Amino acid sequence: MTYQLALSQLLNGLQLGVLLFLLAAGLTLVFGIMSFVNLAHGSLYMLGAYFGAAAFAKTESFTLAILAASLGAGAVGLLLDRFALTKLYTRDHLDQVLATFGLILFFNELIRIIWGPGSIFMQVPDALSQTVDIAGFVYPSYRFAIIGVGLLVALGLYLLIQKTRIGMLIRAGATHPHMVSSLGVNIKWLNTLVFALGAALAGLAGVMSGPIVSVQPGMGEPVLILTLVVIIIGGLGSIRGAFFAALIVGVVDTLGRAFMPTLMRSIFERNTADAAGPALASMLIYLLMALVLALKPQGLFPASAGATR
Amino acid sequence: MKKTMIGMLVAGALSGAALAQTTPIKIGFVGELSGPQAPLGQDQYDALMLLIEQNGGKLGGVTVQVIKEDSQLKPDVANQVVDKLLEKDKVQIITGVTFSNIMMAVHKKITDKGVFLIGSNAGPSPIAGAQCSPYFFSTSWQNDMQAEVVGKFASDKGYKNVMAMAPNYQAGKDFVAGFKRTYKGGTVIDEIFTPLNQQDFSAELAQVAAKKPDALYIFYPGGLGVNFVKQFQQAGLNKSITVMSASSIDGTTIPALREAALGMLTGSFWGPDFPNEANQKFVAAFEKKYNRIPSQYAAQSYDAAQLLDSAIRKVKGNLADKKAFHAALKAADIKSIRGNFKFNSNQFPMQDMFVFDVAKDSKGRVSLRTVAKPLVNHTDAYASQCQMKSL
Repeated sequence: MTYQLALSQLLNGLQLGVLLFLLAAGLTLVFGIMSFVNLAHGSLYMLGAYFGAAAFAKTESFTLAILAASLGAGAVGLLLDRFALTKLYTRDHLDQVLATFGLILFFNELIRIIWGPGSIFMQVPDALSQTVDIAGFVYPSYRFAIIGVGLLVALGLYLLIQKTRIGMLIRAGATHPHMVSSLGVNIKWLNTLVFALGAALAGLAGVMSGPIVSVQPGMGEPVLILTLVVIIIGGLGSIRGAFFAALIVGVVDTLGRAFMPTLMRSIFERNTADAAGPALASMLIYLLMALVLALKPQGLFPASAGATR
Repeated sequence: MKKTMIGMLVAGALSGAALAQTTPIKIGFVGELSGPQAPLGQDQYDALMLLIEQNGGKLGGVTVQVIKEDSQLKPDVANQVVDKLLEKDKVQIITGVTFSNIMMAVHKKITDKGVFLIGSNAGPSPIAGAQCSPYFFSTSWQNDMQAEVVGKFASDKGYKNVMAMAPNYQAGKDFVAGFKRTYKGGTVIDEIFTPLNQQDFSAELAQVAAKKPDALYIFYPGGLGVNFVKQFQQAGLNKSITVMSASSIDGTTIPALREAALGMLTGSFWGPDFPNEANQKFVAAFEKKYNRIPSQYAAQSYDAAQLLDSAIRKVKGNLADKKAFHAALKAADIKSIRGNFKFNSNQFPMQDMFVFDVAKDSKGRVSLRTVAKPLVNHTDAYASQCQMKSL
């Protein structure tokens, strides 16, 4: 194994990680602050990809595609929160799961009616369609761009949550919603804002994935499962946890897929290894999740260590 | 649905009054019409209806009524809709069937009832071999054929080091095995099986880049193929490694791939650029009506419609004589749009297999272009296991 291979696998893991972070950040905030289980988060990711692909096809500008995807998904999130989900916030988690699962079916069908059942085309922007060559190490520039955007968003979120008044209210709302409410803050609007922000980030993740994966109905479900793993490992409601857990899951999953089959072959004979390698590799992150749950049931970085909840 | 049925009945009553046959022949269509794989079923349905419409609502001079059912890629749903077609609608013929697992779920039920099943896509090995039935005809291929032609092509080209990639499930294993059956003169240096729900292949592509094979054989149907091809191209590998695919890059995925797939190869039995007259007419009519290039799934289904047309005409619409109808189907007296077409002993096609590359057509659209015909009069490997009962 060469260092180039190891390095590009590490970057692949990092790229998957930041993409998962964009999704997990919104989901974990919504769960942490409103104690709301939103399975339709994957649908917002799908909507982002479709909005972005449509805008890109019309304008040929990737910047506009990003704007359309995040603002569009954010707007849908806002409407969802105001008109569909408000009543569910006080219900128990099972009701929320059922209702948002219904939303998944609704959005998949809606997309199918509007854009058809097949996958639609979205190309990499011309400026990023090549590979970057650093001293013999070749890596697709678009994937570099994803890593860059993801890290920037992470930094922005950190500043927003830690350094602004809104961020302070969000943090306070996460641990002591009734206190924040009685201090005169409109917690309802705060919730809406958080939900829309999460939706916008999911939309951004969707449009960034558009040129890599097939944009099709139901594309949100596989990625939703990974995202749930991330927020469980990271600790519900914790942005910091989501960030590190996303990177861990991204890297573990990628390295597992890359090297587990080879590793198995050096232990077992070829046939056994070929059967067990891929299976074990795809189980790896769930094993990790089980381990984390056994040792630290609150996740690696619990949001409100001091809060009574 | 109701409207078209009434329309057909009216059309039939007006023009076919002289015919003895007063009730239309009922044909059931079963296919994947929703979900990510719906473009396949849709193309099958559209091509079937195209020929019926061209014939003024008739097949073989007799008015037909097509009852369309969506099997949703779920074997239990397929069972229900087939029960409905057989028991309630009492259809005499069923056509379509998109996926192999659906075919396995409904094949026995339909043929045991003595209803003719004209499969226009899935061709799993059991029904080509030990479980073959006189009531089943395929106008597509046995699954392995599309892989075998690519294997033969790779041998003809003299590729020495080849890697294979496919999803980790039965069809993935079958398509890799089919490739290896005909690939001679080189080695498959590595086989990578990815989980069926995996969407991003970055880790595997890095392995491929490190191993530098002459060519890479892939089987990634539908959306998976779209993902794979885009990522392969973005990784800059298309300059150094030839991609050969089976059942991955086709008329249903090319619209989502466009330039990303240029130069990649795929094995099949038919391409939209075939010069024979029947094909040119079919492609032009399909494009005119549906405003897209037909895929191979449309081609298979159009031939199924032609087969029914010829057989119904031969028996003058009298399907009650099953022996005569069977003989008429078996004769396959049609101008297949693929050219050579005959039924083998197991009632699967015996046909030439081709390799295509992705290129721009005369109108500048990205489509498939014929590059080679590695297998002539090809038959599947399972026919010898089939002991066909006579009717």
